[in-house]
Amino acid sequence: MALVYLLINGLQIGSIYALVALGYSMVYGIVKLINFAHGDIIMVGAYCTWYLMSRFSFPAPAAVAAAIVFCAALGVLIEKIAYKPLRNSGRLSLLVTAIGVSLLLQNVSQLIFSPNPRMFANIFTGTVTIGDRQFSSATVVTIAISLIIMVGLTLLVKYTKIGKAMRTVSEDNETAQLMGINVNNTISFTFALGSGLAAVGAVFYCCSYSQIQPTMGSMLGLKAFVAAVLGGIGSLPGAMVGGLCIGVAESLTKGYISSKLTDAVVFGILIVVLLIKPSGILGLHRNEKV
Amino acid sequence: MAGLLKKTPFRYALNAVTAGGLYVIIMALINDNVLNRYQALMLIPIGFNIILAVSLNLSAGFLGQLPLGHAGFMSIGGYSAALLSMSLSMPANVELPLAIVFGGLVAAAFGILIGLPALRLRGDYLAILTLGFGEIIRVVILNLEFTGGANCLRGIGKQTTVTWVYIFVLITLFVITTLIKSRHGRAVLAIREDEIAAEASGIPTTYYKVMAFSVSAGFAGVAGGLYAHYLSILDPSTFGFMRSAEILVIVVLGGLGSIFGSVISATVLTILPELLRDFNDYRMVIYSLMLVMVMIFKPSGLCGRYEFSLGDTLDGFFTSIRRQLGKGGPTDAADS
Repeated sequence: MALVYLLINGLQIGSIYALVALGYSMVYGIVKLINFAHGDIIMVGAYCTWYLMSRFSFPAPAAVAAAIVFCAALGVLIEKIAYKPLRNSGRLSLLVTAIGVSLLLQNVSQLIFSPNPRMFANIFTGTVTIGDRQFSSATVVTIAISLIIMVGLTLLVKYTKIGKAMRTVSEDNETAQLMGINVNNTISFTFALGSGLAAVGAVFYCCSYSQIQPTMGSMLGLKAFVAAVLGGIGSLPGAMVGGLCIGVAESLTKGYISSKLTDAVVFGILIVVLLIKPSGILGLHRNEKV
Repeated sequence: MAGLLKKTPFRYALNAVTAGGLYVIIMALINDNVLNRYQALMLIPIGFNIILAVSLNLSAGFLGQLPLGHAGFMSIGGYSAALLSMSLSMPANVELPLAIVFGGLVAAAFGILIGLPALRLRGDYLAILTLGFGEIIRVVILNLEFTGGANCLRGIGKQTTVTWVYIFVLITLFVITTLIKSRHGRAVLAIREDEIAAEASGIPTTYYKVMAFSVSAGFAGVAGGLYAHYLSILDPSTFGFMRSAEILVIVVLGGLGSIFGSVISATVLTILPELLRDFNDYRMVIYSLMLVMVMIFKPSGLCGRYEFSLGDTLDGFFTSIRRQLGKGGPTDAADS
């Protein structure tokens, strides 16, 4: 009985990680950048939803939609201003820029919203009964919508024109250009998509933890990133599998070992996987050449 | 003079005299109250940030890896040094260096322990792995009994003085510069330029990677020890990923592969937030904005790979003076 609830809770938080991990994975696949600012986009999404709902009393769906659009636009803006000029310089400078953008987002939101945590009213109230067990509707909605989004995203990447462009650019940037693919637009689209997913993840996260603060994104982002690496960075199904694994592992650790050690367990799993199979569970192994 | 300036022993003597002179000047400034008490205290964070940045530069700039767990080694060194000095009861000037050297050694040992598996990986994966280790170290310290856990480790003697920080900064700079100039350092640089080619030329890459990584970790531990005895309290939550990121930012801004750059950048970036204290609410915003700006407009960092050498500078200075006076003969042209 307890195990079932732990697993379901794990799947709930795991699907949030998966949504965020997808953004990390797509961006890494396409520009080879660990986008540290991604975690803070989650925070922006959460604040955006909260602000629209509490100050302008937007209905929840409208607020969420606005947050998704806002985050997508922010993602594209960050890419255009901060990452694009550095695309041809070293990866380390890109990484430091990403850390800088992350710090900037955190501090700007501290300036606007103060560092104190705010309460976020759960959008999905009530419970759902499946069989003879009761689950909160937030759990059910999170898992269901995440699954739908993941399936949709897989279809998008596999069958649409822009999806094919994304895969081509991530395989070989220059050849893609020669084939007449607009690389800049494709990269912008990837950032928009990833940031939009982060906003969705943010709403689900807030519904289960009911508290938002300017630094909430960094740990959530790191764990989602671990999920992306665990599944195989650059691979979409990998990000989903990784997210769910991390979520379930975290929930089981909370239930059976100690809630203090969840972070250590998450990073421990990461280290073990990296040492045994550095390309992750579903990642492709690429040979290095001189 | 020019001939003398090219001799290594003379250069060491020159640097030693300069370092001594700088110390006398700093102490005079403090004793004559040119620097007030608060400004004098600022010298200590500048010192340990220099040690942190220069040591990280060894593994990031010279070895060419990307470690994101430097704060983890700093915390190991800090906690070991603090626990040792708290259990000893010796005069401060004996206890402090003992504790700090011990902290550095423990951190270096952990560097070998973590480096051996971690350095099998390359590039981003190594970065992620060290990030993971850094977080695990923090969580473990948070959950151990003897480290005080979340209640922080309190009651560490406030023994760090400007003199000790200055001595340890000098030791760090000396060891790391001589290491890089040595045969071992050239092996490390070869690994940075091309690891596979270095291995093909017979350089034991694993050995040198682990060596550079653990020396880097050891000096992070030294900085941690100084930090612990400066604040007299250790809070595990301050050694998170953001701390490691801050150190990396110092190194990259100064220029990867430039020790001089790291020293300047550590000094400026430690003072800058204090100067911006008047705009308290905005200072972190300005700080992060500046970081992004520098990266966009000068991605190689402020100093690139430039290295300052007193001997070379004086040499160039005297040569140009002689040229100006019209005494520069053909021998000088051959020299330069």
